[in-house]
Amino acid sequence: MAKITAGLGTSHIPLLGHIIDKGESHTEKWAPIFDGFQFTKQWIKKQKPDVVILVYNDHATAFDMKIIPTFAIGCGEEYHPADEGYGARPVPTVKGAPKLAWHITESLIKQGFDMTIVNEMDVDHGLTVPLSMVFGEVEEWPCQVIPLAVNTVVYPAPTGERCLALGKAIRAAVEQFPEDLNVQVWGTGGMSHQLLGERAGLINREWDLAFMDDLQSDYDKLAAISQVEYIRESGTEGSEMVMWLIMRGALNHDVTEIHRHYYVPVSNTALGHLIYENADIAADLKTAEDVA
Amino acid sequence: MNNNNKPYSNIPGTTVFDGDMARIGFHLNQFCMSLMQASNRDAFRQDERGYVDQWPMTEAQKKAVLARDFTQLIALGGNIYYLVKLSSSDGLSVAAAVSTMTNLSPEDYMAMMRNGGRSPDGNRYVENDKPKEKP
Ligand SMILES: [Fe+2]
Repeated sequence: MAKITAGLGTSHIPLLGHIIDKGESHTEKWAPIFDGFQFTKQWIKKQKPDVVILVYNDHATAFDMKIIPTFAIGCGEEYHPADEGYGARPVPTVKGAPKLAWHITESLIKQGFDMTIVNEMDVDHGLTVPLSMVFGEVEEWPCQVIPLAVNTVVYPAPTGERCLALGKAIRAAVEQFPEDLNVQVWGTGGMSHQLLGERAGLINREWDLAFMDDLQSDYDKLAAISQVEYIRESGTEGSEMVMWLIMRGALNHDVTEIHRHYYVPVSNTALGHLIYENADIAADLKTAEDVA
Repeated sequence: MNNNNKPYSNIPGTTVFDGDMARIGFHLNQFCMSLMQASNRDAFRQDERGYVDQWPMTEAQKKAVLARDFTQLIALGGNIYYLVKLSSSDGLSVAAAVSTMTNLSPEDYMAMMRNGGRSPDGNRYVENDKPKEKP
């Protein structure tokens, strides 16, 4: 059976993609940002997920003002990196996992989540920057990806409660899939930032760090945060954090935080990143180590 | 004009891109979206006024586009993710475009960010609409 083994949260800041694509991610200047992903790059090589369900928001790329799905799931064979106005990122084509994606879609709709189904779309920095941050510069992405796009551009975004519940429904769906697959769920976006108005540049370090603390066990408290409170406390774009709740909901109640990284600023934004393993998985691995 | 009597109307220096803004900004944002294509960017550069005239925007929106007045563009229903397509086609970084909406120069804005960004303290509520202190 397929199983969700781990979750990962990370900002998806476009500047990081530019730095990588210019070949400057290894320079001293950007070390404080990229060093926080060294652990992750080693970790992912050991984990070898077959499929990553990657929760992100489209930034007026695949979707414009004509059609704005609240929750959209990619069921296609592949997705091309989008040209966001300065040429497409020179990164590999993203391979989908259509069979699992369709299975999840059917299950989610039956569980009450009326997903929008997407078979063809380009994916923007929201999806490709996390892949680059975790896998580095590669010829091929070493796993399949199911894009899960959440509207956080037009108010209102889905509520935290709904996002957490969607994550739980994804877990139930994945666990019913008959193939043996190692599946991860990534929540991306945030952390605090505001890109408009006189208040632009807002960063709330305390809020961000408290969010990362509470996400492990007090996620129900986080799910109750309204979008207005996110905006007030962490900026208009800080409300992207609901996407981390989808990741959290997809994991067991008991998780082990095995890595965390927080850095301000990356251009306008607070960078946050953490990794959870489902606690039983962590215990299994530990047992395996003891035996070895 | 916008955001009155909404739960976020008392957040200072902030315009929430809600249904009202999306409605008045529809053509403005779709114009910005068209700049994703290189051929459209060229056409726009060659004749900015002629290009914007092809879109059913209001005269105020067109003027704000030509003036790259981002504060005004936000007030007229522009969404930042769409507006950066306009600033990117000018070769401007997002931070530079964003800084024009603040009372800081681009240099001072970047310096503020390097120092940890704008504090939320004093920036949560407009002056005359503060909730009572929590006990
Ligand atoms: Fe985003």
